[in-house]
Amino acid sequence: MNVARDIITVAGVSAGVFFFFAGTVGLLRFPDTLTRLHALSKADNLGLGFVVLGLLPQTGGLRDGLKLISIWMFVLLAGATVSQLIARTARQSGSGK
Amino acid sequence: MNIATVFEIALAAVVLGLAIWTIAVPDTYSATVGFIAYGLLVALIWVRLDAVDVALTEAAIGGGLGGVLLLGAAARLRDTEAMTTEGPSLIVRLSAAILSASIAAALAVTILLLPDPAPTLAPAVVANAGATGMTNPVTNVLMAFRGMDTMLEKVVLLLAIVGVWSLASDQAWGGRPGPRHQADPNGVLAFLARLLPPAGIVVGIYILWTGADHPGGAFQGGAVLASMWLLVIMAGLVDTPPVRSRWLRLILVAGPGLFLAVGLGGLCFGSAFLAYPVAFAKPLILSIEVAMLLTIATTLGLLLAGAPERSAER
Amino acid sequence: MSAVTVFGLCAAAAVGLGLYGLIANPQPLRKIIAFNLLGSGVFLMFGIVGRRGAAAGFGNDPVPQALVITGVVVAFSATALAIALLLRLFQIAGSTTLNSRAAASARSDPSGH
Repeated sequence: MNVARDIITVAGVSAGVFFFFAGTVGLLRFPDTLTRLHALSKADNLGLGFVVLGLLPQTGGLRDGLKLISIWMFVLLAGATVSQLIARTARQSGSGK
Repeated sequence: MNIATVFEIALAAVVLGLAIWTIAVPDTYSATVGFIAYGLLVALIWVRLDAVDVALTEAAIGGGLGGVLLLGAAARLRDTEAMTTEGPSLIVRLSAAILSASIAAALAVTILLLPDPAPTLAPAVVANAGATGMTNPVTNVLMAFRGMDTMLEKVVLLLAIVGVWSLASDQAWGGRPGPRHQADPNGVLAFLARLLPPAGIVVGIYILWTGADHPGGAFQGGAVLASMWLLVIMAGLVDTPPVRSRWLRLILVAGPGLFLAVGLGGLCFGSAFLAYPVAFAKPLILSIEVAMLLTIATTLGLLLAGAPERSAER
Repeated sequence: MSAVTVFGLCAAAAVGLGLYGLIANPQPLRKIIAFNLLGSGVFLMFGIVGRRGAAAGFGNDPVPQALVITGVVVAFSATALAIALLLRLFQIAGSTTLNSRAAASARSDPSGH
């Protein structure tokens, strides 16, 4: 049983790290603000989701699992809002670069 | 060399790189962003040092609120950057570099030559933990064993607020701090400012409550509450209160006032200043912490809002 | 190398960098940031000493931890006061330079307001 849990954790966290890596590469390589934001917000939210999914089998009980999921939800909410605000500022200032 | 050590070396390298970036980059705004990233990664170092209470404080106050403060200042001072004067002469720079390098080297040597076995007060904290009925050792130290420090620190917060307020111009004396924030009332920021605070307030109170037995406490919870308040202010849903308001000043002195009252009570009825009677230690500490939570949240929010800039009527 | 050594050297370097920035950088806001960097290095030193004092089932001596928590909050309030002073200086003088000669010329120049 423990081995199965560990396999899920390793798989989930590895998938999460892959998406974080992809998002970071996008942040560094894409040419302007909007595409960078696009890479960062999408890939990182998914990556954090995989990390949380991978950690869920390691939690002691339902309470800890719910705390982990709520952390993911809060990051989704904050990340989406901040991306919107940055994108709007970038468009209004007309820089986009 | 195991995988944890590799992780630690990588973390230390990234933190150092960010520190160098913060000092060396020419643009002030970039330096501020670098410092925020630095603060958040330093919180990870605190986790690796098994000091989760400090990590929470560093992330919430050092990285989060401090970051907002510096970013706001950098944005308002951005136009002055072009007209700032040239830096100090080469000789000054060179001697500063030599001085800093030698101090860093001396500290590094000290770290490598620390005495073995290391002195520790952890056994004393464990031996006296029964006196308060709480199992989080850091909260025990903060609220009971070194309660004097924590009380005086509240006074420092109060003095800082008095200092910031006294910088107001004559027209704005006693008025509202900071600029009036305007945001699209149907925009995404206003939406977040309506959606997040209920959950954020619960999280802040939970962090205070769990601080008795687990990592957390009044500082960390207060920082979360302050950020919720600031979010609502920045979305333009409420305005900052005029600093002459009486209820505001009552909240500001509630934490240190209650702390002082309990401390004097210990002097009158107990053995010493700030001596809690063992039977009531936990309820007394909790009520001080609740008052402190309100005071810390309000003070941190007002410190971020800055000096009064508009008269109360407008 | 243990965590204590790695992070200890990191803290020493942060103190050095912060001190250099505090002296060599002409802009007041950058000086404030550098001072915070210096403080953060000093706090990490406390963490290192506490980590070495791990005993009685705790991974880190609680007394230095509590001191650092107090210190972080005090450092924040000092930073807030410094920034309020800086913004007020900018409001009155129209510039944030600490150089007294440059400040005087900015004040005598009517376009500087």
